[in-house]
Amino acid sequence: MASILFVEDDPSARAALELALTRLGHRVTARSTGEDGLEALRARRPEIAVLDVMLPGIDGIELCRRLRRDDTLPVILLTARGDDLDVVLGLEAGADDYVVKPVEPRVLDARIRAVLRRAEQTHNDRSAYGDLVVDRSALKVTKAGRDVRLTPTELRLLLELTRRPGQAMTRQHLLAAVWEHTYPGDSRLVDACVQRVRAKIEDEPAEPRLIQTVRGFGYRFAAP
Amino acid sequence: MGLRTRLAAAFVAVALTAALLASGISYVLVRRALLERVQDTEITEVRQTVVRYVPVTTPPGAEGVVVEQLLGALRTSGRRAWATDIPGDQSDGPPDDRVRASAEATLRAPVSVDFSYRALHGTVFQRVRVRGHAYLLIGMLATPGRKAWGESRPLLLVAVSLRREEQELAWFTRALLIADGLAVLVALATALAATRGVLRPVRVLGRAAHALGEGDFSTRIGERGRDELSDLARTFNRTAEQLERMVGELRAKDAASRRFVADVSHELRTPLTSMVALTDVLAEEGGESARLVAAETRRLGDLVGHLIEISRFDAGAAALVLDDVVFAEAVAGTLGARGWTGEVAVDGPADLVVRLDPRRLDVIVANLVGNALRHGRPPVTLEFRREADGVEMSVADAGPGVPEDLLPLVFNRFVKAEAARSRSDGSGLGLSIALENAGLHGGMLAVGNRPEGGAVFTLWLPSAPQEDDDQERRTDAEHAANQHAANQHAVNQHEEDEPS
Repeated sequence: MASILFVEDDPSARAALELALTRLGHRVTARSTGEDGLEALRARRPEIAVLDVMLPGIDGIELCRRLRRDDTLPVILLTARGDDLDVVLGLEAGADDYVVKPVEPRVLDARIRAVLRRAEQTHNDRSAYGDLVVDRSALKVTKAGRDVRLTPTELRLLLELTRRPGQAMTRQHLLAAVWEHTYPGDSRLVDACVQRVRAKIEDEPAEPRLIQTVRGFGYRFAAP
Repeated sequence: MGLRTRLAAAFVAVALTAALLASGISYVLVRRALLERVQDTEITEVRQTVVRYVPVTTPPGAEGVVVEQLLGALRTSGRRAWATDIPGDQSDGPPDDRVRASAEATLRAPVSVDFSYRALHGTVFQRVRVRGHAYLLIGMLATPGRKAWGESRPLLLVAVSLRREEQELAWFTRALLIADGLAVLVALATALAATRGVLRPVRVLGRAAHALGEGDFSTRIGERGRDELSDLARTFNRTAEQLERMVGELRAKDAASRRFVADVSHELRTPLTSMVALTDVLAEEGGESARLVAAETRRLGDLVGHLIEISRFDAGAAALVLDDVVFAEAVAGTLGARGWTGEVAVDGPADLVVRLDPRRLDVIVANLVGNALRHGRPPVTLEFRREADGVEMSVADAGPGVPEDLLPLVFNRFVKAEAARSRSDGSGLGLSIALENAGLHGGMLAVGNRPEGGAVFTLWLPSAPQEDDDQERRTDAEHAANQHAANQHAVNQHEEDEPS
């Protein structure tokens, strides 16, 4: 159902996952190197990128960093189990989610669908928080009149947080609501995503005023 | 009592005994020599004076003058003399009290009956003490060589003061005592120096042995000299060397085998990725055999995952991602995610918040409950409660329990409760991983059998795992959680640094 760019260097793993994802109804463009992946990204305009971290040349993390510069394309990283550093670096590079190899196609499929799921459009429209305007019906966010480009995950996180301004939400709640992870999810996903959203909507990302950290608990959206 | 004190005491005792013995003997000898010299000198002098002043024949009636002259010659500084005539009819018995009283008055020294009697028959001497001073009492006839002085016997008594000799002896005694004191001091100093020489290497050896016991196998000590202590030092060093080599070899072997497991696991992952990706495809296409392969592939995937996980613990690469977690929600989440909610009776406070790694807690709870459901019998109960410094959770079942001989082994790798490694869903690593996860939190995991039957696993986790120095943070978390539970939206506002 989605058009996927899939970059994996191991031929049999690439073929197997391509086959499995295709059977689950996706259109898969499989590439074996980061360079080819970048090329395909420009030519095919996929809806989502699934990148293996360990790639010769441009690796998955670098690829994610490059496309994140001017793109809101959702990215899921395929990491090796136990390579925590990959997870940390990948989330810093802007990945929306990660799965650990060996991964069951159904799990990957669920993650892809969750990341791609559009934020729910609601009737009650627009809310303004200072110069930040969240338009729920058009699913658009503007800051001082300029469009804020958010990935679907970032948008869903922001919408979830602004749903009840002033209320603190735990990381596990946000993981379930935004990433659709079953308990227990990796709270670092939330932290990394919050940082990215802050960088886009806060006046001073180092001193956040809109998305506030509730110590030892989670986050809260505070309307000014 | 320390070795040093004992050695010093022994040295001092020996030195003191020897010194006292030597000075005692020399005191006695010197005193005797001194007194004998005085006696000889005085007796000789008194005799010579007598000989000089008492002529062989004395004209009758001149006795009084002779005695006066004799007494005058004898009375010098420190010497008193007294003389009298004992009438012939009294000379066979001892002199009467009147005579002795007269002598005592002049000599200012006691004169015993016996002494005065014996003096009538020859030269005698005696030492007496009067008011703390010693005197040498000399008694003799004033007419030596002759039986009588006319009809009477002239008795001569002389008291010589021994004050000078006493003083000399006192000086001598004082000198001896000073010498004894010096000997003791020298002995003490020698003892301390000697014990220092002995004790320092002993102390060095003790410290080194302690360090070796603590696991520092590179401990070595200096081995100077050729005495028994340096022999001991050499033996110690050789032992430490052997130990270090053996432990090093063992560790290297252990590390190599662990690295091998880690490498194998990582190598297995790539083909497994392809296989796992295709299991669903296979299961849809094929029949029973394909489903079997699919199921076994998943098992293999779990096993490799567990191996990689435990390799990370071995390599010390496992890290905590701490979060404040409502314990009851965490347990419910774990059970819910695995469809066990209806099979486990959970009991514990709903508002208990613990700072821990939620995903590692999930692994622990899933392994313990999974183990109880697989190997035990229902009802499986999970209880947790707040402890003073952490949280305690126990998972119990009503099954046959763990065989006694397996109790110490259940957390070992690839130990399974069923005989002969019969097949089960577990990888054989689940409890090891649970234990490692508890240890990573600084907690503990223990197993036992309940008296009413069934196994019970008890987990204890500290409320503040390592690197959590911020007590305030925890209090805030509980505060926040309580407010959350009460569905109040206003929560105390606390900013923290950007999450990493």
